[in-house]
Amino acid sequence: MKNLSLKKWLPLSMLAVTALLPLEAQAHRQWLLPSATVLAGNDPWMTVDAAVSNDLFDFENFPLKLDGLQITAPDGSAVQAEGASTGHLRSVFDLQLKQQGTYKIAVTTTAVMASYKLNGENKRWRGDVQALAKEIPADATDLKVTQMDARIETFVTRGKPTTSVFKPSGKGLELAPITHPDDLVAGTPASFRLLFDGKAAANLKVTIIPGGKRFRDQVGDFVVNTDADGKFSVKWPNAGLYYIGAETTDNASATKPATERRANYGATVEVAPQ
Amino acid sequence: MHRLLKVTLTGIATAPLAGTALAADLSVKVELPQLNVAEYHKPYVAVWVEHADQTPVQTLAVWYDGKKRNNEGTKWLKDIRQWWRKAGRDLTVPADGISGATRAPGEQALTFSDGKAPLGKLAAGEYALVVETAREAGGHELVRVPFTWPPKDAATASGKGEHELGSVTLNLKP
Repeated sequence: MKNLSLKKWLPLSMLAVTALLPLEAQAHRQWLLPSATVLAGNDPWMTVDAAVSNDLFDFENFPLKLDGLQITAPDGSAVQAEGASTGHLRSVFDLQLKQQGTYKIAVTTTAVMASYKLNGENKRWRGDVQALAKEIPADATDLKVTQMDARIETFVTRGKPTTSVFKPSGKGLELAPITHPDDLVAGTPASFRLLFDGKAAANLKVTIIPGGKRFRDQVGDFVVNTDADGKFSVKWPNAGLYYIGAETTDNASATKPATERRANYGATVEVAPQ
Repeated sequence: MHRLLKVTLTGIATAPLAGTALAADLSVKVELPQLNVAEYHKPYVAVWVEHADQTPVQTLAVWYDGKKRNNEGTKWLKDIRQWWRKAGRDLTVPADGISGATRAPGEQALTFSDGKAPLGKLAAGEYALVVETAREAGGHELVRVPFTWPPKDAATASGKGEHELGSVTLNLKP
C-alpha cells in the first residue's frame, strides 16, 4: 500500500522537480549556460543551455523548463528565443543580438507548495497558485502553503555594455550590478547589490561556484555576505564561468493563502582572463 | 557446459581454504571525516589493491547508494573515477562480498584474508591499497598506501587525505 501511493506520487513529483527543485534541495541548481556573453560584429548569434544539476555546468539530471523564459533587449523590448527545445537533460534556445548593448535572459518561476493532511495522511502538492483551490480537497486539514519565487539569469552583450536591463522588477531576489556582469576579469574585484522585492537584501549569504567541477577534486565554492545595503563583492580566483546563488525566506510578505515565502536567485557570469 | 564451468569455478574458489590457517590478513581502517557543509551526502567509496605500477589487482569494497529507485544510484559510480577506469566499469553491482551501502562519517573497518574472496591469492610482490571517494555535491579524493606482500612480520602503513578522507590505515598480519 505504501509502495503504491509512492508510485502514484512519483511522476507528479518528477514534473515538479524540474521546475522547483532548487528550492527544495540545494544541490540541484537551476542554471543557464550561455555560449558567449561578450559578442561583437553584425547581428551575432548566441545559444543558451538550461538545466538542473548538482555539478556546474554538467547536463546530468533534468532540463530547466523554459515556460518562464523572458529575454529583454537593451531598449527594454521583449525578444523571442529561437529554436527552443527541451530534451531529456537540458533545454536549449538561440538568440540573435540585433541591438547593440546588454540583454538580460531570465527564467522566472512563481509557484506554491502545499502540505496538508487528508484522512490522517500527509500530502504534498506543488503548482500554480491559481490551481491551488481546485487541487486541494475541501476536507484537507493542517494546510500549509509556501510561496516560492525563483529567478535564474544570465547577461549577454553585443558591443559596449549597457545597463538599461538592470532595472529591477521589484519582485523576489534580483541582482543589481555595480560592476557590469559582462565585464568581469580574473583577479579583479567586482561588486553587486542583491535586492529582495526591490529593496536591499541585507546580510544574505551569496554562494559563488566555479564551473568545471568535473575536472577538479574540490567544488571550489565560496560564500560572501551582503552588507546592510545588500552589497557584496567578489574577487574571481580564475577565469571561467561562475554561478552566483542566493536564497532567502520572508514569511511576512507571503501572499495569501501562503503563510511562508521562499525566494531564490541564480546567475551565470563569465569571467575573462586578464 | 555451463553447469560444468560453475562446478569447476567453485572448486577453484574453495581449494585455497585448505591453507587458511596460515593465510595472511589485511585489514583496513578508513576514516570518513565529519564535514561541516550545507548539504551532506554520504560518499561513494571504492577500496582496491593495485600493483606498484598502478595496474589494478582486485576491488575489495564499493559503497554506493543501492536503494534508489530503478537502481539509479549506479549512475554516479563513474564519479569514483580512477577506480571506474581501472575496475569499476568491469564490475556488475551489486557484487557479492564487495559492494555495500554508503557509510556514515567515522572510522570504517574492513578485514580481508589471503586466499579468500574478495582479496584472493596475492602473488608475492609490491602493491598499494587505494581508497577513492566521491561525494554528491562535494569533492573527490584518493589515498594510496603502498605495501609488500606477503608480510614477514605484522606491519602498519598509513596515508591521509586532506578534504574528503581522513587517515587510511593498513594492518598486515603474516
